[in-house]
Amino acid sequence: MGKAKAKEIKVKSNLTFFQKVKRHKTLLLMCTPAVLFFLAFSYAPMPGIWVAFVKYNYRDGIFGSKFIGLDNFKFLVTSGKLFDLTRNTILYNLAFILLGNFLAVFVAILLNEMRCRWFKKVSQTIIFLPYFISQVLVGILVFNLLNYDTGFVNGILTSLGFERWQPYASASAWPVLMVVIYLWQQTGYNSVVYFAAIMGIDSETIEAAKVDGANGFQKIRYIILPSLKPTIVILLLFALGGIVKGNFGLFYNIVGTNPMLYSTTDIIETYVYRATMTDFNFSTASAVGLYQSVIGFVIVMTVNWVVKKIEPDYSLF
Amino acid sequence: MAKKQDKDLMESGAKVRLGTSDKIIRGFGYVFITFYALCCIIPFIIIISTSFTSESVIRAQGVQIIPKEFTLTAYQMVTKSGGIWKSYILTILMTVIGTAVGLSIIAMTGYALQRKDFSFRNQISFFIYFTSLFQAGLAPYYLLMTQYYHLKDNYLAVLLPLLMSPWLIILMKNFVKAIPHEITESGKIDGAGDMKIFTALILPMLKPALATIGLFLALGYWNEWYQSSLFLSSRVEVKPLQFTLYEIVNKTEALKNSVAGQFISLADIPQESVKMANAVLATGPIVLLYPFVQKYFVSGITVGAVKG
Repeated sequence: MGKAKAKEIKVKSNLTFFQKVKRHKTLLLMCTPAVLFFLAFSYAPMPGIWVAFVKYNYRDGIFGSKFIGLDNFKFLVTSGKLFDLTRNTILYNLAFILLGNFLAVFVAILLNEMRCRWFKKVSQTIIFLPYFISQVLVGILVFNLLNYDTGFVNGILTSLGFERWQPYASASAWPVLMVVIYLWQQTGYNSVVYFAAIMGIDSETIEAAKVDGANGFQKIRYIILPSLKPTIVILLLFALGGIVKGNFGLFYNIVGTNPMLYSTTDIIETYVYRATMTDFNFSTASAVGLYQSVIGFVIVMTVNWVVKKIEPDYSLF
Repeated sequence: MAKKQDKDLMESGAKVRLGTSDKIIRGFGYVFITFYALCCIIPFIIIISTSFTSESVIRAQGVQIIPKEFTLTAYQMVTKSGGIWKSYILTILMTVIGTAVGLSIIAMTGYALQRKDFSFRNQISFFIYFTSLFQAGLAPYYLLMTQYYHLKDNYLAVLLPLLMSPWLIILMKNFVKAIPHEITESGKIDGAGDMKIFTALILPMLKPALATIGLFLALGYWNEWYQSSLFLSSRVEVKPLQFTLYEIVNKTEALKNSVAGQFISLADIPQESVKMANAVLATGPIVLLYPFVQKYFVSGITVGAVKG
C-alpha cells in the first residue's frame, strides 16, 4: 500500500501541469460548474469589502467613493455599537450551544430508553417537526402565542385572572424567550446525531453491564455518557467555531424592526441587514461584516487546531 | 473506546438493584417526552385552529387550541384573488428546477473530489471549503448582485444562490467515500471514461445520498424567504410562498407602527385568521410530506454531522 502510494506520487510529480489537466479533463469539467458557482457568489463579492474603507455614494460606486481609512470602524467602536452587537451575538450563541447540546443529549438518552416502538417513532417525528418549517412561520407561531391582544398565552393569563403580558414591548423578556424558541426548533435536529451515536454503542457492552448488575442510572452514567463524550466534545467545539455567526432568520422574523427590543435582541446579522436594506449604509454594514468575518475566521482556525490536537480524524483540514 | 467503557464499568463497582431505577427512568422518560412533544405540536395546532376561526371570535377571545366556531372564511379570502396559486406554481417550479440542477452539480463535484487519483482534488476542495471559512458579508454581496449582475427583481437572484453549499458538497463527498474505489477501477479496466463511470456505475449506488441531499435542497427552496427579501421588490408580482407570508406579516407590523396608523381602518390590516390560513397553505405540503422523508434527513444529519 505504502509503496504503491509512493509510486503514484512519483508518477504525479513527473507530469507537468498541462499533462495533468489533459489527463483529468473530464473530472475537471465535472467540477467546473461548482467552481464557477463559488467564484461568482462567494469570491466575486470579496473585492467589494473595500466599501468598508470608503464613504460610499451611489454615483461614484465602491471603488470611486472617497477613501476614509478606518473611520467606519472608529465610529462603530467609539459608539459602543460593535461591543453591544458582539456581546449579544456571543451570549446568545453560548446559551444556544450549551443548552442546546445538553437538551439534545438528554432527549436522545430518554428516547433510547423507551420500549414502546410506536411511541418512540411518533414522538421522534413530532420533535423533529419544528426544524422543517421556515423561519417566517416560526415568527408567526411566536407572535400567535405571545402577542398582547389575541395571544394564546395572554388568553390563558386573563382567564386565570392575571394581568396581560406584553413581551413585544419589553426587551428584558427576550433572552430567555429566544433560547426557548431556539431549543424548540433545533433540539429534534440536534438529538438525531446523539441518538445515532447511542445506537452505535456495542450492544454487548450494555448486556455485559446488565449481567454485572448495573442499574439504569449506572448504565447511562458509565456506558452511554462516556461513549457520547467524543461526539459531544467535537460538536461543541465546532459549534464554538461559529460563535460570532448569529441565527439571522430566527431573530429577524421574531423581532423584525421593533426598536423596543433591540437592546437585548440585536445581533451582528440583524444590524448588518438593516444597515444594508433599510438605511442603504453599505460602508457601515460592510465594516461590521468584515469585523465579523475576520474574528470568525480566527476562531475557526483556533478550533480546528484544538480538534487536530485531540482527535486528528475529525479536524476539518 | 470499548476498553475505556469496560474500565469505567469496573470502576463503578455496579451495585445491584435491577428494575426500580429502570422503571424510574422509563416513567420519567414517557412523561418528559410526552410533555416535550406536546410543546412541539401545540403551536401548529393553534395556527390551524386560528385559520378556521372567525375574526370576531379571535378579537374577542384570543386564539384557541380548538376553534369555537368553525368557518372557512379566511381560506375563501386567501384563495379568492388567485395570487396564492401563482405563488404555489412559482415555488414548485423553483424547488424542482433548483433541486435538479443543484443536485446534478453537487453529485458530479462530490464524486470528482473523492477520486484519489484526481490531481486537483485538494486544491479544488480547499477552494470550495474556504468559502465557508471567510465570507465577504452582506453589503458587498448585495452590491454585486444588484449593481454588477443586475439581478434585482430577477428570479435568478433567488434560484442561483441556493443551488449548493460547501456543506452539501462535503456531505456528498462523505457518501461517495463509502463506495469502494474498486468500482471506479473496474470501470477503467473496461475502458469506460470518467463520465461514463460516474453515470453508469456510481450514480445508481448514490441513490440514498441523492435522496438526502435533494431533500435538503428542496427544503431550502420551499422555505426560502431571505434571498427574496433582498432582491424581490414590489415590482415583482408573483413571489415565493414563504416570502408572501413574510410580506403579510411585515405589512401588519408596518401598518400598526406607522404614524398614520390611526387613520387606517381595521379592514386594511391583514386579519389574524387570514395570516394563519396563508401560513397553513404555505407550510401544509411540507408538513404532510415530512413523515415520509424523515429517514433521509436523519441519514444526512448523521453522515454530515461532524465534518459539517
